[in-house]
Amino acid sequence: MGALEAVILTIITASTPLLLAAIGELVVERSGVLNLGVEGMMVMGAVCGFAVSYSTGSPYLGVLAAIAAGVFMSLLFGFLTLTLVANQVATGLALTLLGLGLSGLIGESFVGLPGVKLTALAIPGLSQIPFIGPILFGQDILVYASFALVAAVSYVMFKTRTGLIIRAIGDNHTSAHALGYGVIPVRYACVMFGGACAGLSGGYLSLAYTPQWIENMTGGRGWIALALVVFSTWLPKRVAIGAYLFGAVWIMGLYVQAAGVGIPSQFLSSLPYLVTIVALVIISGNKTLSRVNTPACIGQSFVPDR
Amino acid sequence: MTGQSEFLLQTIGVTKMFGDLAANADVTLKVAPGEIHALLGENGAGKSTLVKMIYGSLQPTSGELFWMGERVTVPNPAAARNLGIGMVFQHFSLFEALSVAENIALAMPGKLDLDILSERITRVSKEYGLPLDPSALVADLSVGERQRIEIVRCLLQEPRLLIMDEPTAVLTPQEADQLFVTLNRLAGEGCAVLYISHRLEEVKQLCHNSTILRHGKVVANVDPQKETAASLARLMVGADVHSISARASRTEGPVMIETSDLSMPSDGPFGVSLKNIALDVQGGEIVAIAGVAGNGQSELFDALSGERQALTGDAVKLCGTNCGLTSVTGRRQMNAAFVPEERLGHGAVPGMPLSENVILTRHSAASGLTRSGFIDREVAHQINDRLTQKFDIRKGKRDPEARSLSGGNLQKFVVGRELDREPKVLIINQPTWGVDAGAAALIRQALIDLARSGSAVLVISQDLDEIFEIADRIAVISRGELSTPRPAGDISLEQIGLLMAGAHEKGAAKVERAKA
Amino acid sequence: MKLILEKRAEHSQKMAVLSPLIAIALTVLVGGIIFAVRGLNPFYALYIYFIDPVMSLWSIEQLVVKATPLILIGVGLAICFTANVWNIGAEGQLTMGAVFGGLLPVMFPEFQSPLVMPLMLLLGVIGGMAYAAIPALLKNRFGANEILTSLMLVYVAGFILDWLVRGPWRDPMGFNFPKTVTFDGWQLLPTFGGTIHMGAVLAVVAVVVLAVVMGRTLKGFEILVLGNAPRAGAFAGFSRTKIVLFSFLLSGGLAGLAGIGEVMSTVGQLQPTISPGYGFTAIIVAFLGRLNPIGVLFAGLMLGISYLGGEAAQVTLGMSDKIAKVFQGILLFFILACDSMILYRIRLITGAKPQAAPAE
Repeated sequence: MGALEAVILTIITASTPLLLAAIGELVVERSGVLNLGVEGMMVMGAVCGFAVSYSTGSPYLGVLAAIAAGVFMSLLFGFLTLTLVANQVATGLALTLLGLGLSGLIGESFVGLPGVKLTALAIPGLSQIPFIGPILFGQDILVYASFALVAAVSYVMFKTRTGLIIRAIGDNHTSAHALGYGVIPVRYACVMFGGACAGLSGGYLSLAYTPQWIENMTGGRGWIALALVVFSTWLPKRVAIGAYLFGAVWIMGLYVQAAGVGIPSQFLSSLPYLVTIVALVIISGNKTLSRVNTPACIGQSFVPDR
Repeated sequence: MTGQSEFLLQTIGVTKMFGDLAANADVTLKVAPGEIHALLGENGAGKSTLVKMIYGSLQPTSGELFWMGERVTVPNPAAARNLGIGMVFQHFSLFEALSVAENIALAMPGKLDLDILSERITRVSKEYGLPLDPSALVADLSVGERQRIEIVRCLLQEPRLLIMDEPTAVLTPQEADQLFVTLNRLAGEGCAVLYISHRLEEVKQLCHNSTILRHGKVVANVDPQKETAASLARLMVGADVHSISARASRTEGPVMIETSDLSMPSDGPFGVSLKNIALDVQGGEIVAIAGVAGNGQSELFDALSGERQALTGDAVKLCGTNCGLTSVTGRRQMNAAFVPEERLGHGAVPGMPLSENVILTRHSAASGLTRSGFIDREVAHQINDRLTQKFDIRKGKRDPEARSLSGGNLQKFVVGRELDREPKVLIINQPTWGVDAGAAALIRQALIDLARSGSAVLVISQDLDEIFEIADRIAVISRGELSTPRPAGDISLEQIGLLMAGAHEKGAAKVERAKA
Repeated sequence: MKLILEKRAEHSQKMAVLSPLIAIALTVLVGGIIFAVRGLNPFYALYIYFIDPVMSLWSIEQLVVKATPLILIGVGLAICFTANVWNIGAEGQLTMGAVFGGLLPVMFPEFQSPLVMPLMLLLGVIGGMAYAAIPALLKNRFGANEILTSLMLVYVAGFILDWLVRGPWRDPMGFNFPKTVTFDGWQLLPTFGGTIHMGAVLAVVAVVVLAVVMGRTLKGFEILVLGNAPRAGAFAGFSRTKIVLFSFLLSGGLAGLAGIGEVMSTVGQLQPTISPGYGFTAIIVAFLGRLNPIGVLFAGLMLGISYLGGEAAQVTLGMSDKIAKVFQGILLFFILACDSMILYRIRLITGAKPQAAPAE
C-alpha cells in the first residue's frame, strides 16, 4: 500500500462520522428545522452502539442500536419543538446536554473494555483495483453507507416529489400547509432521519474509528457537522467535499504531530475547531452564497390554524 | 338532495368557532356553474374562513357542504383539488426558492416530471394570456407574475370552481382588466368563480351574484349589478360609511421632506434597489406614492425613516436638515414620525403591552418617558390612556399585549402614537392595509387633519381609492424608480396604472397624447 | 388521540411562574423512576439526592459555593438569550478568565499586596470579555453563526489552558504535575469563615444590578425589544450589532469572573480542568430562571443542589455522580416543554377521523 493511499484511507476514516451526521442534519435543515442536538444524538449512538455490540458480540447489532438511539433522541427533540413548539435552539442545546449526561451514565460500566471492531467488507474483484480499489471498495459497511447516503439524499432532494415537498416546507411552511401538505409529519420524518444519521455517525466512532467507549468521545464532531451544513450551503455534494476537507485537516494535524515538529500538540488538536471557525467566517461573509439556499423557515415554529 | 342540482356548490348552515368566537355563523352560500359570485364583507367578516373551509384548509364546526348536489366533507386541500376546486390565495401560497414549475408541481398529483409539466405550463399560460417561464425562480418575479402562477396552477387542474381571494389588491388597473378577461372566459367555459373583494366598483363590473357577510353572518344575497357601490357598502358595514370631510383649502408651506438623487443598492439577493429618487413634500400637503407591492416601497420607507442610511447626508432632507446619515432616533428628534407597513413585529412588538409599545418610538423624545436611562412607566401608561381616548382604540383591558388587538385597533394605536406627538413630518406606509372601514376612515381623516395643520404627510399605498381620496399630489414607484409627483386632479387612474406597470414617463405621455 | 396547541391571546402570567415549578416536579418524578429502575428505594434516593444536601450547615455552604459560578454565568446568559444572542461558549470564557487572572500569580508569585486580588478579578473579567468578543465580532462583521463559533472556542480554550499548565506555566517545583504554583495570600478570595467566598457576594450584586437594568432602564427595554422583534427594534432606533457585542461582553465578563473566582477559591491554582461544566450547566440555570435575573438566583441554587446530589448519590447510594448531568438535561427538557404552556393552551383531543371526500 502506497503512502498516499494510506493517507487517503485515514482521511476517509476521519471524515466519515462528520459526513454521516452532516448529511442527516442537511435533510433536517432543508425541512426548516434546526436541530443543534447532533452532538447529543451522536454520543448516544456511540454509547448504545458500543454497549450492544459488546454485549452481543455483533457489531451489526451495534450499528442498529446506534441508529435506534439517535432516532429516540431525535424524537424527544421533535416532540418538544414540533408538537410543543419549544424554541429549537434551546431544545437542541438541551438534547446535547442530556445526551452527554445520559451517555456518560450508560457507558460507565463499559469504560476501558475492548470493543468489537466493525471489519472491512472488501468487495471481491473491485477492491483489487490498484489505488482506487481499497479506497472505494475495501471499506466497512458504514463508509459505504456514507457514500450511498450522499448520493441518495442528493437524488431524493432534487429529483423526486419527496424532496420537492421537503424543500417547499423548509422554504415556506405556511404555503405548504395551505396547499395541504402535512408540515409537522414531514418535519418529524426529517428529524428522525437526521437522528438516525447522527446515531450512525456515533456508532461509527465507537465501532470502527476507535472501537471502545470513552466518555465524550464525539469531541465536538456533532457541532462541526452542523458547521459543515452551513459550509455546504445546504447542498449534499458540498457536504461531502467539506467533510473530506475537514478529515484531511484533522489527519494532517496528527501527521505533523507524529513527525515531531516543535508545534505544541494542543495547537494541532485545536486545529479542526479553528478551521471550523475560519470556514464559517468565509462562507457567511459571502452573502450570495450563504443566503440563496438557506431554508427560509429554518428555526421557526409552525402552529397550524384549526 | 341527490343527483343533479342547479348549484355547483352549496354551504348550508356552516359555522366555524375559534374558541368562543364564531368566525362564521350559520352561513349559507350557493354558487351556480359558470357564475362569478362575489363574496363581500369587511376585514374580519369571515370571508377567508369560509373559503378555507370550502378548500379544506379548515374544518367547519357544524353545517354541511354540498358539491354538485351531493353532501361532501373536504378533509384537506388535496381533496378539494380532487373535487375540482382551485384557489388563488390573497397571500400567495408560493415558494420563493423554487422554480415556477416546481411550485405548480406541488399542487399536481401524480409522478413528478418537470419537463412534461413545463410544456403544459407554457401551453396553458399562453392559451389564457398569462405568460410564464416555467424555469424562472419565484423570488425573481413581480407580484403580478406570481399571481399568474397561482392562477395557472389552478387552471392546469381544470377546475369547476375557482376561488379568488382579493386578487386585484396587488395588481395594476391594467393587470386587473386582463384578469377580468380571463375570469369571464373561464365563466363562459362553465367554471364558477367565487370572488372575494372589497372593491365594490369592480364587483359591480364583473360579478353576476353576491353574498354579503357581516360579523360572520350572511346579511344579504343580491345582484351587484342592480345595486350601487354605496348600497353594497351599507350592507357590508351595517351603517352608512363616514365620508371624509372635504379638504379645506391647503396652505403652501416650506418643503419638509426632500430627497434628491436618492439611490440605494438592494439589501440581499431578493431586494429592490432604489434609483435616483427625487421627491419633495411641502408642509400642508399629502403626497401619495402608488405602486404594486415589492417595487421598492419598503426600501424607500426604510431610507426615509433612517432604518437604512443613505450613502450621503444630503440624499434625504427632513424639515430642511440633511439627514441621510442620521439614525431613526435622530430623525424623530427633528420631529419626524414614521408608521411602517407591518403593524406586528415592525411597528409594534407583538408580545409587549401597549404601554411598552409607546416607549418603542418615543423613548428619546422630550416626553418625560425616560430620565437618565431609567423608564418612567407611569408616563407610558398616561400616553397609552390618552391614545385610547383620542383614537377610539377598543381593547379588553387597560394595557393588553399588542398582538391581542384587532388589526384596525392596533393600526389606530400605531398611527395614533405618532400623531399624538404632533409631528411636522409624517411618513406612513400602507396606512389602512387590512383594517375595517371605520378605522380606515378615522385614520384617513387624521392624516388630512395633520396636513391641514401645516405638517408634511407622505403616504405610501397600494390602495388607489385611498390615494385619490386623500392625496394632493401623486407619484408612482416602479422597480425602485419614482415618477414625478403630479397634482391628483391632473392624473388619471389609467396613467397611474401604466406607471405602476413600469412604463416610463414618456410612454405615459404618449398614451395621453393618443387619447387627446 | 391528538395533542393540539391553542394560542392564548396573551402570555399567561400564571404559567410563567408555574412552569419552572412543574418542570422541577416532573424531573423529580422521572428521577424517582430512574432510581427505582436501578433497584433503589425511590423515596429514600430522592431524599438523599435533593433534600439531604440542604440539611446541614456544611452542605449548605457547599451549595452556595457551587451555585456561585452558576449564578454569575447564568445571569449573564439570561441577558444574552433574552436578546436572542446565543452565547454557548461560557465554559471557554470561564477558562480564559481563569487564564488571564492566573497570569498575575503565575508570572509574579512573589507579588503580594491588597491590589493583587482586585487586579486578578479585573483580569479575569477582561479575559472572559476578550474571548467572548471573538464570536460577537465574527457575527457582526461576517454574519458567522455565534452558536457554532462560541462553542468551537470552548475546545480551543481548553487546549490553551492545557498547554499552559503542562508547558510554560507549570510549577517547576510541582513534581511534573500539570499544575501551576498554588495561589496564596492576596491571590485568594477572602472567605466568610467557611468555604463561602467573596464570589457569592459578587454574584448577588450582579443579579441585583441586572434585575434593575432589565426591569427599569431603557437598556433593558432595548434588549427585550431586540430579542423579541428585531425589526421593531431597528424601528425603535436600537442597534442589533451593538446589542450582540454588549451581550457577549457582559456574559463573557461574568463567565470570566466566575472562572477567576473558582481558581482563586476552591481550585487554588491553574490545572487542566477547573470547572465541572459550569459554563454549560449555566445555560440550564438561565432557562430555569426564565431568563429573569432574580429567577436565575433561585435556579442557580437548584442546579447547585443537583451537583451536590450527584456527589451524595455516589457516596451514599453507590451510584455514579454522572446522574447529576442526566438530571440537569432532563430538567432543561421539562422547562422548555412547560414553557410552551405560557403562550399556548395544551389540549388532548380524542375524535373520529374526518370522512374522506367521495371519489369522483
